[in-house]
Amino acid sequence: MVVSMARIRGFFAVILLGLTVAGCGYNTIPTLEVQAKAKWSDVQNNYQRRADLIPNLVSTVQGYAKQEREVLTSVIEARAKATSVKIDASQLTDPEKVKQFQDAQNQLSGALGRLIAVSENYPDLKSNQNFLALQSQLEGTENRIAVARRDYIESVRAYNTELRTFPGVLWASTFFRSNKPMAEFAASTGSDKPPQVKF
Amino acid sequence: MNAAGIFSANGGRKRLAAALVVALLAIAPALAINFPALTGRVVDQANIIQPDTRVAIEQKLADLEAKSGIQLVVATVNSLEGQEVEPYANELFRKWALGEKQKNNGVLLLVAPNERRVRIEVGYGLEGTLTDALSKVIISNAMAPRFKAGNFSEGTSRGVDDIITVLTTDASEWQKRPSLRLDYQQPVDPANWILLAALFGFFILFIVSPTFRWLFFNIVLNVLASSGSSRGGYSGGSYSGGGGFSGGGGSSGGGGASGSW
Repeated sequence: MVVSMARIRGFFAVILLGLTVAGCGYNTIPTLEVQAKAKWSDVQNNYQRRADLIPNLVSTVQGYAKQEREVLTSVIEARAKATSVKIDASQLTDPEKVKQFQDAQNQLSGALGRLIAVSENYPDLKSNQNFLALQSQLEGTENRIAVARRDYIESVRAYNTELRTFPGVLWASTFFRSNKPMAEFAASTGSDKPPQVKF
Repeated sequence: MNAAGIFSANGGRKRLAAALVVALLAIAPALAINFPALTGRVVDQANIIQPDTRVAIEQKLADLEAKSGIQLVVATVNSLEGQEVEPYANELFRKWALGEKQKNNGVLLLVAPNERRVRIEVGYGLEGTLTDALSKVIISNAMAPRFKAGNFSEGTSRGVDDIITVLTTDASEWQKRPSLRLDYQQPVDPANWILLAALFGFFILFIVSPTFRWLFFNIVLNVLASSGSSRGGYSGGSYSGGGGFSGGGGSSGGGGASGSW
């Protein structure tokens, strides 16, 4: 009787120990995941915001620099491509998909950079109020993108680290088996800092 | 640092990489920039604003906050420490946490005379009022020409006036503008069954075992008591001024504009 009593106590002690640990760490993975996904939607929103500015920008430039058809077309095409690549939050663990998104946006950045460079040659365009306002909005959007990307990279890092390190790794290998690390933005392309649109 | 690539290696390297990541995270704050302290509404580290102008600006800024809750802070720095003005301003804004936490209604006017750069960094909640385009107009019309002539006091003062004008002209706009951002932490499912099971287990143990009762009173209650005193909600970090001026916990996502002269 005495032995069995001790066993019961031991049993409950083990359960209690486990549950105490649950209290201090079980929620971390889902919390970080939700945060990272929210940061991602910020990133995506800001890229969308940039895409929304482009038609207006293109038509303004067109009014002054019709002959730059090639540059204008490349911007329009890059925009169409960039807006067609969308990633919803569940695809963030797929590095291929993230890279695809990244590449499309980088291409648009390049095309926009050329458009802005070309605009330098048209004094009338440069002094157009509408163009100036669009420029500052574009500049602000690029900066928001940079901030949103930085925040996202930071939160992905926190999430991935939690999945790999103690005590998060305990939960990752038991309750959250389906949670995979998220893909970071590839830093190797030299696009960790998006191209600055300077005027 | 391509963590995904490193992590795809075998178990041993995996652990090493994880340790590396942790080490890097620990080092990161040490490499952080030396930001000036938030000593008041005008932090004139570069010492370019005349005392009387400074007093006048401070009064305007205090009035603005009293009237609208908006925290507008002017900062001049000796050096951007090798950074672009945009990330510097954003990090400084977040460090100072300007504006109320729920409304994110802060604005930072940053002047770096040595780099000849100026920036208006706008909190999330005011992006719709003090837009990028308007910020740019303020910089290029009110500030940059005066800075170019070396007249920092007047340029800053005019910039502040213009920002205040923009912010207070349409009061209804910012008042009804809630923070539409997605970065609120959504409550995570607390896994109720675990709590229930824990409670059940706790009571059983409590009744059955005198050792556990002793343990509980001596350790658990002690821990609870000591942690209870430091559990002051999540706004603790913001109000550290101790009588002085401090930010209210607001944040910024890079809104605003920058310029040079």
